[in-house]
Amino acid sequence: MTNRFKTGYKIGVIILAIITAMALGAVILLAIGADVFKTYIVILTRPLMNKIGVTEVLLRMVPLSIIAIGITVAYRSGIINIGAEGQMAIGVLSTTAIALLFPNLPGYVLIPFAILAGAIGGAAWGFIPGFLKAKLQVSELLSTVMLNYIAAQLYTFLLRGPMLDPAEMTMGSGTPQSMRLSKNLDLTRFIKGTRIHTGLFIALALAVIIYFLLWKTSFGFKLRAAGASSKAARYGGINVPKYLIIAMMISGAFAGMAGSIEIAGVHRRAIEGVTSGYGFSGIVVALFGGLHPAGIVPAAFFFGLLIYGADMTQRIVGVPANMVQVLQGIIILVIVSTKMIINNPYLMQKVESRINSFRKKGSAQEETV
Amino acid sequence: MEITRKAIDSLRIEHITKRFPGVLACDDISLEIKKGEVLALVGENGAGKTTLMNILMGLYHPDEGSMFINGEKVHFRSPNDAFAYGIGMVHQQYMLVPNLTVLENIALGYKKAWNPLKLNLQMVRDRIDEISAHYGLSVDPDAYIWQLSVGEQQRVELVKTLCLGAEFLILDEPTSALTPQETDELIALLKKMSSELSIIFISHKLQEVKDLSSRVAILRHGKVVFQGNTIDHSSSDIAALMTGHEVNLPQNDAPACTLGPMLQIRNLKVKSDRGFLALDDLSLYVCKGEIVGLAGVSGNGQKELAEAINGLRKVESGEIVFDGVDIANFTPKQVIDCGMGYVPEERNTEGIVPSFSIKENLVLKDVESEKFSNRTFLKNSVIQKNGEDLRTQFDIRSPNIDIAAGSLSGGNIQKVILAREISRNPKFLVAVYPTRGLDMGAAEFIHKQLLQKRNEGVGILLISEELEEITNLSDQVAVIFKGKIQKVIPASEASRRRLGILMAGVEDDEQI
Ligand SMILES: Nc1ncnc2c1ncn2[C@@H]1O[C@H](COP(=O)(O)OP(=O)(O)OP(=O)(O)O)[C@@H](O)[C@H]1O
Ligand SMILES: [Mg+2]
Repeated sequence: MTNRFKTGYKIGVIILAIITAMALGAVILLAIGADVFKTYIVILTRPLMNKIGVTEVLLRMVPLSIIAIGITVAYRSGIINIGAEGQMAIGVLSTTAIALLFPNLPGYVLIPFAILAGAIGGAAWGFIPGFLKAKLQVSELLSTVMLNYIAAQLYTFLLRGPMLDPAEMTMGSGTPQSMRLSKNLDLTRFIKGTRIHTGLFIALALAVIIYFLLWKTSFGFKLRAAGASSKAARYGGINVPKYLIIAMMISGAFAGMAGSIEIAGVHRRAIEGVTSGYGFSGIVVALFGGLHPAGIVPAAFFFGLLIYGADMTQRIVGVPANMVQVLQGIIILVIVSTKMIINNPYLMQKVESRINSFRKKGSAQEETV
Repeated sequence: MEITRKAIDSLRIEHITKRFPGVLACDDISLEIKKGEVLALVGENGAGKTTLMNILMGLYHPDEGSMFINGEKVHFRSPNDAFAYGIGMVHQQYMLVPNLTVLENIALGYKKAWNPLKLNLQMVRDRIDEISAHYGLSVDPDAYIWQLSVGEQQRVELVKTLCLGAEFLILDEPTSALTPQETDELIALLKKMSSELSIIFISHKLQEVKDLSSRVAILRHGKVVFQGNTIDHSSSDIAALMTGHEVNLPQNDAPACTLGPMLQIRNLKVKSDRGFLALDDLSLYVCKGEIVGLAGVSGNGQKELAEAINGLRKVESGEIVFDGVDIANFTPKQVIDCGMGYVPEERNTEGIVPSFSIKENLVLKDVESEKFSNRTFLKNSVIQKNGEDLRTQFDIRSPNIDIAAGSLSGGNIQKVILAREISRNPKFLVAVYPTRGLDMGAAEFIHKQLLQKRNEGVGILLISEELEEITNLSDQVAVIFKGKIQKVIPASEASRRRLGILMAGVEDDEQI
């Protein structure tokens, strides 16, 4: 089997997955009486029609890809991190705290400092499940989900208490949010009239860094070995628990940075619901992108499109944006099932021999012609 | 099921061809097996034996060629189709669920007992009793798989296959993991069964081929290069046909070495997975430039000893002095850094990372060394070159070194592990069943390598169940029994009989 065939096969299966998911989604759309065709057209094409649309999609791609890349690091070491939502929230809080404490630092100091704080906060939140798994074999599925709840409560508590905007306290509507953070923290919006900010480049740089880290360094080699076969890794002198913990910290740090960048680039203050499910969508993006940065970046764009397109359908076709969550759920199910198909060598072989015999027939016909 | 089906009087394959990327695994193979025949399939590692059997079982689809049963063309789309015709296979790796009982494991495949609401275990039990009585194959249906020795698991696999109604048996290296006694038992049993069944059986041990088979077919590079009646050919003929040259397993006839101690184990106590003392006050001594063969029936503490030396199992008490340093309870990394090499028993799960490529597996222990990385970045060209060189030197049969090591044939996986461990230039080597599953040519090569290392001053602890391997290579033979060293004798005095007695736990003071 050639590598070209394998890649083609995988891409083919993914396209099939998208079509299947859309077909299943269509059933639900029909059930709520929507215009299926129009809905999909709006979701998939409308955002790409103008500058604002495209930049808004890219805007959503930023946290999605950063989180998904972090999840990939954990996944490759053998841990499934479903705690990105909580880690992101902690990242937002850390960055907010730094910005509130040192509003007068110049941007070139404050921005790296605040993002680093977000990374450290997220890493700390990722360390806990990593440590519990490595030392006590506590399932990360349990610990990360539980930590999501704790992070969410902590977030609400701080936004309603210590970090609450003083203006809100005296005369505002009581919206739980921090004050407008120091302007020095603002990431530049580099296209006039849009919200797209330099965080996009940070996201792309992080993708490249992780690609090199995982596949070009001895650290990445060991991390992947620990995830691919912990027994063989241990035999090979690799400290498997250490790599589990480090991978979870990197994963948490990425989710934390996604949070920092989201408030520094988009909201400019900590608001409630800033994580808005990115932590969970990130898992889908990571799987959909084949747990590889080169796949994740386009996958993040695609999901950014779905999310933003869903907002539009609400306005244009009257289909609730929550439909996208339904679609996401369906895509997860389809992806999990297609994983089985992708990893089934017998099926892959069957397809290959079919294609080969088909080709042979084709070339035989050509020869006779 | 087996009542409605017609018996298999003959199975014929014609022009079977199967390609993998870069490899022609089976090249225009035609064979025929008749009822009551035992066909031995032999050939080098990677010759295509397992692949051919997987095709017979419907696990792989041939690119070309066809199969006939009783003269009728058949087409298997999956193993279920093969089962339906009464063909059953015992794979090289057993497929049993460890924490289920024998009965439950067999029930898993026994669809007739699956009532809609309840599993009819009594029916399965009756069937097991019937098969056991009929073939004289005793198994305890209520034992858990994890409690059984490898030989007993083998028997369970056989009973399972027979319970499902197989009357055409395919056995892929059934004896490679068995003790000599278990092997003898299995061969005798198969011989008895061969009057009612057809058997294809794969082995690298020509003695078994001679004992059991009526016909023999030799595969080389995916081609059948020879077919004939077993009685007409001697083992050495077959060996020569198989490898293309005469095989002479080398002997250790160098003078005893006097370079001083390399590994001294004193009063070692180590617990097994199940919590009892697997090593109970074990002491052992290996010099530099000396091979000590550890003989014993498997399960007497060999595995635990190898793991304890390599930092993979906790030492309760005692010392492991390696080149002057007590390495008891060092981490695996520390032990490796002291210069220890280790060929583990579990090659598929422990010795390699199956999803990693061959070249990556060859540097598994050394990615951080200066040779293969500059502290952070991997030196890919060096890793590539290292892989190419070792592939040639150790004759690892694969189209390239970028394919997953897990897709190699059993013997070639073993070669990857040996290539890594030997080429790392260790000071000491713990080799557990180093030639299990290797063809004769490869075993010869490995034996030569081990002897060469010995002559270079490397100490070797050779753990094996093949007495011939032990007596050929060792300077000293230590016999292990119930976690203690029963006796250490010079290899020259280690007769088969004497070792057999010692391995059974009988003290001897016989001087020969
Ligand atoms: N799934 C696979 N994908 C790619 N190559 C394969 C696959 N299975 C086998 N091969 C290749 O086909 C060839 C034949 O392998 P096979 O396992 O049949 O050898 P074998 O004769 O059983 O050897 P051994 O005695 O070592 O078990 C080898 O070169 C092997 O690398
Ligand atoms: Mg094989």
